[in-house]
Amino acid sequence: MFWNLPLVAVVTLILIALAIIVFKKNLIKVFLGIVILESAVNLFLITLGYREGGIAPIYTNAPPATMVLPTPQALTLTSIVIGVATSALLLSFAIIIWKKYGSIDIDRIRRLKE
Amino acid sequence: MIPAFIVTHSPALMIIAPLVGAFLSPFICRISSTVRSIWVGGAMAVTSAIALILALNVYSAGTRLYVFGASTASAAIPPDSGGIPIRIIFEIDPMSALMLVITAISGFAIIVYSLSSERSHTGLESYYTLYLLMITGILGMVSTGDIFNFFVFLEILSLASAGLIAYRIDGGVAVEAALKYFVLSTIGALAILVAIGIYYGQYNALNMAMIAARMQFSVLDQVALVLIIAALAMKCGAVPMHFWTPDAYSMAPSSITALLVVASQASLYGLFRTVFTLYNVTLNAATVGWLIIILGVLSMVVGVTMAIPQKNVKRLMAYHAVSQTGYMLLGVGVGLAVLGNQSLLDAFGYMAMEGGIFHIINHAMYKGLLFLTAGAIFLRLGTYNLNRMGGLGHSMKWTMVFFVIGALAIAGIPPFNGFASKIMIYESVFVFNPLLAVIAMVVSILTLASFVKVFHSIFMGPALPEYSEVKEAPMPMLAGMGILAVVVILFGLFPGIVVESLIAPAAHALVDQGAYVAAVLGGV
Repeated sequence: MFWNLPLVAVVTLILIALAIIVFKKNLIKVFLGIVILESAVNLFLITLGYREGGIAPIYTNAPPATMVLPTPQALTLTSIVIGVATSALLLSFAIIIWKKYGSIDIDRIRRLKE
Repeated sequence: MIPAFIVTHSPALMIIAPLVGAFLSPFICRISSTVRSIWVGGAMAVTSAIALILALNVYSAGTRLYVFGASTASAAIPPDSGGIPIRIIFEIDPMSALMLVITAISGFAIIVYSLSSERSHTGLESYYTLYLLMITGILGMVSTGDIFNFFVFLEILSLASAGLIAYRIDGGVAVEAALKYFVLSTIGALAILVAIGIYYGQYNALNMAMIAARMQFSVLDQVALVLIIAALAMKCGAVPMHFWTPDAYSMAPSSITALLVVASQASLYGLFRTVFTLYNVTLNAATVGWLIIILGVLSMVVGVTMAIPQKNVKRLMAYHAVSQTGYMLLGVGVGLAVLGNQSLLDAFGYMAMEGGIFHIINHAMYKGLLFLTAGAIFLRLGTYNLNRMGGLGHSMKWTMVFFVIGALAIAGIPPFNGFASKIMIYESVFVFNPLLAVIAMVVSILTLASFVKVFHSIFMGPALPEYSEVKEAPMPMLAGMGILAVVVILFGLFPGIVVESLIAPAAHALVDQGAYVAAVLGGV
């Protein structure tokens, strides 16, 4: 009966994440916004594959019951791995920016324009 | 002549070769600089050769299907899968083959150039690792038939590109540019992932042919279409999402900028693939066609007007890249706007699309050439500032020749390749809507004006005393530029042959959704 609840959570998380990305000035907080966005999309994928009362899709010794779809889980796993790489690269950029500029305030990272 | 094994497995080998090259280079490149050059040059040469063999095979024998994890292509749909192609499939039709040709030529020319241009820098093993990963990403994006696989390769490409844009930290400014690019492309990629989720939720499939066959064009599909168009138009640098382009293009090393041009074309390919193959006639062709035309015209006009006042030669060229992307969007957009109406398509639609697609390959060649000349000038002078250059025609004669070839090609002057594709766009777009053709011509004239100014301030005038020590660029850099220049001239001299053998099959493959679907679902 609460089948739509995860989707409501997905949309809420996406909106929160976009708000953080757009309005926050601290680079680390912006990155956290991106991480939240990633999690929201992962939750969306997992929700797509969920079947009510479903069991894990492992065929060995499986009881006769509905299984959840394995494909979205595989997609989510891939997406999580990509997300780790993304976060690592973003944070390493933040380290260099902090070293070179002495600030991670977005309003101060403006040397390109000059 | 070529072993059958290589031809059969070329789609897989094409991805394996740069991956092996990339992941072994951190170890092998430490041995010595000669070994490094041979290793990375060899890896790229092998990759290019396999990609060209595959492209040749596709052009002679038709669309190729390669099913990973199965012994034959006929196993695309396993008997117990309920009619759904569950394996990852590479589907290379003539449009993909064209992109493979672009990547093979540019990738090879640019790595020859890099061998010399980056010689004095540190961290070269990472540079080449990321370079080969970029090549992997591009090749994968343009040949995959699985939409989630497309997302994975897109992310490989974004990660590698962002690392390379920041490669010369340059007081943190390059990192700032890379940050901008990477935040945008991550958000774009997540938008694509949401769209993939929407397709999966509706059609239970990730295979593009399967989704195309089941496409209903419901409200959810429209949401997915908007997400994908927005993300990929941003990645290919179309106005109004172009603001990362000048920053990233100007801060990356010039060799990488030239490769970023190819990477943008791969995103453009993804955009066309989505619109034509996934949706085709189910969408409201006139509306989406006009949307792409308007994006194209905006990119052309905004790009060129922003380019004119620039002082930094690479920023200027980057804005021109935005402007040239507009031509491709315009040409293919016109083709899309008349999709489903066979008589109009025959009258000018195909020609417009051929012009747009021809412009993709031409742009990759001459814009790559221009960025490489900018890199050669930077290597000798240490500045991109146009006001501090002058009189280089005396000392850098070959660079000047290559710059002139690139500049005339981008301005659409015969007999160079830019003219060949632009004339096709003008003629066909004029039939569709004369105003659009007029705008395209005006933009072309402004491009010429801008490059005449650049040429004059870099190469003309008396030799400046502070640059009296300046020598010609080293031989490998000239060789890299030479490869691209030869292609520019050949395509300009024989446009008829190129259009007939490379471009027209690509345009027809893009329009013909049925053939793409049948290649997978028909069990070919």
